[in-house]
Amino acid sequence: MAAAPNPAGPVDPLAAGETSLVSLSDAGLAAPHSSASARGPWRRFLQRSPLAALVIQRLALSIALLFAVSIMIFGGIEALPGDFATTYLGQSATPQAVANIRADLGLDRPVTTRYVEWLGGALQGDFGTSWASRNSVSEQIGKRLGNSLFLAFFAALISIPLAVGLGMLAVQYRNRLPDKIINVVSLAAISLPEFFVGYLLIMVFAVQYGVATFPATVFDGMGFFDRLSAIALPVATLVLVVLAHMMRMTRAAILNVMSSAYVETAELKGLSAFRIIARHAAPNAVAPVVNVIALNLAYLVVGVVVVEVVFVYPGMGQYMVDAVTVRDMPVVQACGLIFAAFYIFLNMAADLIAIVANPRLRHPR
Amino acid sequence: MPELLTVKDLRIEATSYPPGEAPKTVTLVDGVSFSVEKGRVLGLIGESGAGKSTIGLSALAYGRGGARITGGAVTLNDTDILTLGRSGVRSVRGAKVCYVAQSAAAAFNPAHRLGEQVIEASLRHRIMSRDDAEARALHLFRILGLPNPETFGRRFPHQVSGGQLQRAMTAMALCPNPELIVFDEPTTALDVTTQIEVLAAIKHAIEETHTAALYITHDLAVVAQIADDIMVLRHGKTVEYGTTRQIIEAPGQDYTKALVSVRQIARPEAADQSTPILTIDRVSASYGNGFKVLHDVSLTLPKGQTLAIVGESGSGKSTLARVITGLLPPSEGRITFDGQELPKALKGRSKEQLRRIQMIYQMADTAMNPRQTVREIIGRPISFYEGIHGAKKTERVRQLLDQIEMGDRFLDRYPAELSGGQKQRVAIARALAAKPELILCDEPTSALDPLVAEGILKLLLKLQEETHVSYVFITHDIAIVRAIADSVAVMHRGRLVRFGPKSQALSPPFDAYTDLLLKSVPEMEIGWLERVLATRRMESAGN
Repeated sequence: MAAAPNPAGPVDPLAAGETSLVSLSDAGLAAPHSSASARGPWRRFLQRSPLAALVIQRLALSIALLFAVSIMIFGGIEALPGDFATTYLGQSATPQAVANIRADLGLDRPVTTRYVEWLGGALQGDFGTSWASRNSVSEQIGKRLGNSLFLAFFAALISIPLAVGLGMLAVQYRNRLPDKIINVVSLAAISLPEFFVGYLLIMVFAVQYGVATFPATVFDGMGFFDRLSAIALPVATLVLVVLAHMMRMTRAAILNVMSSAYVETAELKGLSAFRIIARHAAPNAVAPVVNVIALNLAYLVVGVVVVEVVFVYPGMGQYMVDAVTVRDMPVVQACGLIFAAFYIFLNMAADLIAIVANPRLRHPR
Repeated sequence: MPELLTVKDLRIEATSYPPGEAPKTVTLVDGVSFSVEKGRVLGLIGESGAGKSTIGLSALAYGRGGARITGGAVTLNDTDILTLGRSGVRSVRGAKVCYVAQSAAAAFNPAHRLGEQVIEASLRHRIMSRDDAEARALHLFRILGLPNPETFGRRFPHQVSGGQLQRAMTAMALCPNPELIVFDEPTTALDVTTQIEVLAAIKHAIEETHTAALYITHDLAVVAQIADDIMVLRHGKTVEYGTTRQIIEAPGQDYTKALVSVRQIARPEAADQSTPILTIDRVSASYGNGFKVLHDVSLTLPKGQTLAIVGESGSGKSTLARVITGLLPPSEGRITFDGQELPKALKGRSKEQLRRIQMIYQMADTAMNPRQTVREIIGRPISFYEGIHGAKKTERVRQLLDQIEMGDRFLDRYPAELSGGQKQRVAIARALAAKPELILCDEPTSALDPLVAEGILKLLLKLQEETHVSYVFITHDIAIVRAIADSVAVMHRGRLVRFGPKSQALSPPFDAYTDLLLKSVPEMEIGWLERVLATRRMESAGN
C-alpha cells in the first residue's frame, strides 16, 4: 500500500495512553535514528519488536546524555573563577610558584587533551588524584559513596513502602479524616526546608531527650548496629522530605485508575475488593508511581548534600562540598559525574519499567 | 411464564454539589416498575438524563457516581437483591446478572488478555472449571462472529477493533451463563456498518442462550430490532410501557410519537446548483508522520446550499474540514472560495477570508471557554472582525440570541448553566456573529438527543433561509443527510466514493460502499434487521 508504515506506528496509541513520558521521549528519539541509512531496518525493527527497540533507544540515549553531562561538568568547572594554585599558595604567591604548580598538575596543557585523558580514566574507574590530599579520588569516593548509599538505602527502605501504603490508605479513606490528616501532615513536611527539619530533629531527639546520636559520623570498623543508630536522624530527615511527594503521587495514580471504566467492570463482575485493587487497578498504576519513586531515589542519592552537612555525615555530598571550598577539581568532577550517572540511571530504570508495564508495547498489534 | 426480574416503584437519588451552594438531592429515577420474563428482551429508551442506565445498573444493585437506590424493590428470582449484603450482591453480579458497557474500549482492562477477562467472572464465582470456561468462551467467540476465535482470547484489548471489543464484551457477559444481561447502549459508539454486525451478533447470541436482557439505547430504531417490550422513559419517569409493536406502530403518548417520527424532516434539494461558493480541486492531505488521510478529493458547493459529507469514523471527513479551514494545509490541490484561491495555510489567510468561513463543532462544551458568559462568547467575533464594542455589540448579541431562539435571559449565563442543545445553539450564534458565507458543521448534532438534534437541524435550515449562508455538513447519519442536504459526498478511507445532487447520490445504482452504508442504517420497522441480514446472505450465496 502507498501508505508507508509510519515509524511511530506501534507507539502511536501511547499518545492516548497512561504515560506521557514514554510517548514524549519517543518523539525525541525518532530523530537520531531516522538518518537515511538507518531508516529502513530500524523502522522494521521498531515495528516488529517495539519493546526491544525502545529499550535500546533508552540505553543509547542515557549513554549519550551521560557523555553530554561529562562535557558540561568538565567545561563548567573549567569556567569557574579562581584556581587551585592561587588558593593553595595564598595571595602572595609568586607567579613562578603558581606556574610551577600548574605545570605540576598538568594544567598548562590544552583543555581538550585534559578532557580526553580525564574521560578515558573515568571510564576505567580512575578519577585521578586529589590535588589537595594527593590521595586517589576513586578510593576516597568508593568509601564515601558506600556511606551515601547506606544512608539512601535505609531512607528508601522506610519511605517507599510507607509512601505507597499511606497513599493506598488515603485512597481507601478518600476525602475523609484519615486522608485529610495524611495530606496536611505530608504537605507540612514537604514545605519545611530539610536543614530545618534536620536541626529540629537534632534539637528534640539528640539535645532534649538524648535518645539519638549526633553528629552522625560513621567510620571504618564501626559495627552495623552502631552505624544504624548513627544514621537514625539523617534517615528520618530524608524520609520526611521525600515521603509526601511519593505518597501524593501514589494516591493520585490509584484514584485515577479506580475511577476508570474497567474498574467498574471488575466491580460489576462481583469481584472482591482485594482482587479489584491487586489485579485490575495496580498494574495500571505502576508507571506513574515508579516514575516518582525513581525521582525521589535519585534525590536520596544526589540531593543529600545539605543533610550530610547538617549531620556531619561522611558521604559523597560532604566530600564534594569540602572539595569545592579548596578548588579540588578532580574530586568535584568525579562527584558531579557520579551524581549525574545515578540520576540518569534511575530515571532510565523508571522509564524502562514504565515501558515494560505497558501492554501496548509488550504486545504490538 | 414466571417473572425473572421484577422492579417495583424504583426510586434512585443522588447528591449533587453545585459550587457555592448547599448540596442538593436530585431524584434520578422515580416510581419506575417493570418486569422481564426469562428469555425476553426489554428495551429501555429515552434521552440522556432519562435515567435508563441508572435503572439498568439497579438490576446489579449498583449506583454509578454516587447514585443511591432509596426506594422500591428489585426482585430477581424471588429475592430482593437490594436487601442483600455486600457478599450477597457480589454473588449476583457477574454470575446471575451481567453488564455490557457502552464503551468496551474503556471497559476492558488494558493490562490483561481478552480471554482472561472474559472467563474471569465464571472462574471467580466457581461457576465452571477453567477448561469449561475456555471452551465456552471459544463457543461464544464463534457465535459472535469474531475473527480467529481460537486465538482471539490471547489478544489484548488494544489489538482488536472497536466492533470486535464490543462483541468480546458481550461474550464476557454471556460466559457465566447469566439469567439476565444489561446492555447499556452497546452499539452507540460504533459506525453504522459495524453496528449492524454487532446487533445481529447480540441478537443471535441472546436467542442461542435463552438469556433475558435489558437493552438500553436512545435509538428507537435499534431497539425495535431486538426487544420484545419497550419502556419509554423521560426525566426518570415512565412515559409508556408496552410491546415493541404497540410502541412503534401505535404510540399512545405525544413524547413517544415525537420519538417515533423524529427522523422525518425532509427537504427537496435546490434546483439550481451552478454558482459555486467553494470548490475543492484534487486535494490530498497527510499528517506529520507521513500518513496520507485524504486522496485526491474534488467537490463543489453551490452558494446558499448545503453539502453533506457522510462517512464512518476514519473516513477523512473531519480532516477535509480542517483542510478547508486551513488548519491542516493540503499537500496537493487547490481550494477556491467565491472565485478566489484560498492560501493553503491558516497563517496566509487574511482576516476577511477567515471571517467568511466559520465552524461549528461536535462537542459544543469543549469548543467554548467555560469561564466566559454567553455575551462574551458570542460578542468576541463581533469585536474581533468588525471592531464593534459596548452597547452596539450587546445589541448584536441580543439579535443573535433571538435568531437562535434563545432570549436575553441567557446573556450572562456560563456554558455550564446551559443544556447540550442550548450550548450548540450558542455555538451556532458565535459562528453567525462573524456574518460568514460558509459554515462548516462537524457533526453538530451527533452528541445530542434525537429531539434536541431535530431542533438544531430545523434552526440551521431556518438560518440558511434567512441569511443564505452555505453549509458543509459533516455527519455519519444518513437520515440527517436526507433531511437537510442539497448535494451529498460519500467518503470512505480518505477517498471520495460518490458525489452529486442528493436525488442522484442517494438513489441507485449504487457503488458497493454507499450501498452497504445505506442498508446499514436501522429503520423504524420491526423485522428490518432480519430482512437486511437475509438479503445479505442471499447476495453472498449468489456470489
